[in-house]
Amino acid sequence: MSGAAWSQSAALVAVLLATAPFLGRYMAKVYGGEGKAPGDRVFLPLERVVYRLCRVDPESEQRWTSYAISLLAFSFVSFLSVYALQRLQSVLPLNPVGLPGVDAHVAFNVAVSFMTNTNWQAYGGESTMSHLTQMAGLTVQNFVSAAAGMAVMAALIRGLARRRAATLGNFWVDLTRGAVRVLLPLSFVVAVVLAGLGVIQNFKGHTAVTTLEGATQLIPGGPAASQVAIKQLGSNGGGFFDMNSAHPFENSTALSNFVENWAILLIPFALAFTFGAMVRDKRQGRAVFGIMLTVWAAMSIGAMGLEAAGNPRLDAMGVDQSVAPDQSGGYLEGKEVRFGPAASGLWAASTTGTSNGSVNAMHDSFTPMGGGLAMTHMVFGEVSPGGVGVGLNGLLVMSVLAVFIAGLMVGRSPEYLGKKIQAAEMKLVMLYLLAMPAVLLGFSAASVLTESALASLNNAGPHGLSEILYGYASTANNNGSAFAGLDSGTVWYTTTMGLAMLVGRFFLIIPVLAIAGSMAAKQPAPATSGTLPTHTPLFGGLVVGVVVIVAGLTFLPALALGPIAEQLSL
Amino acid sequence: MLRQLFAAGGMVAVSTVVTGLLYPLAVTGVAQAAFDDKADGSMVERDGEAVGSSLIGQSFEGQGYFHPRPSAIGYDPADSGGSNLGPSDEGLLEDIETRTREYREANGLADGAEVPVDAVTGSGSGLDPHISVANARLQASRVAEARGMGAGDVTALVDEHTAGRALGILGEKAVNVLELNAALDEAAPLN
Repeated sequence: MSGAAWSQSAALVAVLLATAPFLGRYMAKVYGGEGKAPGDRVFLPLERVVYRLCRVDPESEQRWTSYAISLLAFSFVSFLSVYALQRLQSVLPLNPVGLPGVDAHVAFNVAVSFMTNTNWQAYGGESTMSHLTQMAGLTVQNFVSAAAGMAVMAALIRGLARRRAATLGNFWVDLTRGAVRVLLPLSFVVAVVLAGLGVIQNFKGHTAVTTLEGATQLIPGGPAASQVAIKQLGSNGGGFFDMNSAHPFENSTALSNFVENWAILLIPFALAFTFGAMVRDKRQGRAVFGIMLTVWAAMSIGAMGLEAAGNPRLDAMGVDQSVAPDQSGGYLEGKEVRFGPAASGLWAASTTGTSNGSVNAMHDSFTPMGGGLAMTHMVFGEVSPGGVGVGLNGLLVMSVLAVFIAGLMVGRSPEYLGKKIQAAEMKLVMLYLLAMPAVLLGFSAASVLTESALASLNNAGPHGLSEILYGYASTANNNGSAFAGLDSGTVWYTTTMGLAMLVGRFFLIIPVLAIAGSMAAKQPAPATSGTLPTHTPLFGGLVVGVVVIVAGLTFLPALALGPIAEQLSL
Repeated sequence: MLRQLFAAGGMVAVSTVVTGLLYPLAVTGVAQAAFDDKADGSMVERDGEAVGSSLIGQSFEGQGYFHPRPSAIGYDPADSGGSNLGPSDEGLLEDIETRTREYREANGLADGAEVPVDAVTGSGSGLDPHISVANARLQASRVAEARGMGAGDVTALVDEHTAGRALGILGEKAVNVLELNAALDEAAPLN
């Protein structure tokens, strides 16, 4: 790995360490519920208007079941809204290029995709969606699906922190406060900064220009910066343009790239500190942060190194892939010169570890093990650091599993934060763990056996299998990045991947809420000398081990037939 | 249940207005007021006419111009895209071998001479506005000859249009092809 790679990742970690704890503590006040939060004078009157319009009583608390029903109702209406906007865009305003309505199966896939915070894109942004669909449909879901994920996390933390309680908070209040006090202000600042760095923000259609050699180029327009800011901050990842953050109008310079990469990681890492503050034990938050950072750093170093090492087949042709002062080197197919293998690898690890899914380089063209690493990072279950809210949920579920395994090893009844882990919780943990692999491997196997599904492949051999596996890994984990060679716009893929996204969202969120409800009712026991402390490096290592072993046992055979086989064949 | 659906409908409606309309409009207002050139796409003008965007690559084939990287979409910004072919794809590998041979011929390099990787691989967006410094240096003598310029003058222009790493550490050094070619036209117009 080059000096540039080390210094860029060190700079990113430094900026995260300077910003994430601060934001995390602020968010603990936003979701804490007790006493005042900063900015009440500005935000409270706005929120009261929202509650009045929606006839929500902000003082009333919900049990886990009604919390879940509110979330489902909200997701359902969101789905309808995005679906309708796409189907009707040809007769609605703000459609300067005159795009037609979107096909039903694609519209279903996209509506599910944005409502579940996946942002898998079975369409080309600039050639499918009108400005109105992008703004009023997709950008809105970028905000609210992220705010919904954070709300569930707040409910889970309350479940762990409260004693003998029946309720977890109010979904509508959590949703509103997350969007109004966290996502909107942050996005506004990041969007303006990005526009200042060259990311476009206008309402034009195509501008025709005559190039120096006399050809005609159609330069696109649109409100990109405002969508890019929230797509990164909210773990969404759906691009304004087909090629996402590789497109110069979405990610203009190395500096905009750094800002966007930071924005991808900021909230997921900050939530570790929110957790520590809300359970009134900062050591727990720091331990969670340490676990997330360790896995993310290892994957980042791996991806940067593998892409910088280049493609051995090119060496034989006399192509110079060496890292040198006058070129970035590395394997540059699918990568931009201004980013090179270092910034592309760092981004790949960040976007797959967060369920973000935006890309600044084409993962389909990564070296086999580089692409395999991105896939592996997703099947870890999106916990390093994971998507906004849902990532912390995943890590806490893994922590519960780790205490359970440790408890079995020493023959003590397992506890997490003083609360006993019993059969009811472990059944829910198992449901959480099995849902994602079941749809991922099930649909992948079905695709391999379906002739029309194989016709969508852009690559033959092991790389073709990687394209399918990556697609379902991405959708089942609500990530949204792609091995984009796969033509996923067919009826088969839009439908099965739509289902994978629904399972990946709701079969994980509902067990989490059930766990929260069951934990909230318990009375914590005081810690004794026999209690396993959950803030030590030893416990951190145990959780990382559980994450790696669960993913390894489930996915190693599939990975061996895809990326590993391809690497060996080069 | 009905009350929940009503609340859900209200929330979707309110957030559509606030995050879907007011938010992008506010960002547009501030961006257009503060830096409209950048928010409008960093257009490059010559004699008052836009000739492209400094962020979007264009195709150049003439001997007197620096050539950009290969593009899977022929530098058509209305439909961005890369090859999305894997590293073991035989068709892609053949293309890369052919491009390597052609690059050597076009720039008078010896058989088997090393060719910079960016010159023979396509970018992800298909719109990469940059080439590496190594790639630009190897093309300089061809361009100088075609324009009847001194090799030193062309190299000096290359240096002038090379952007270093942002803040000294971020990203990679890169040469902006459109800006460099526009500067060449200014210095020594082609006939």
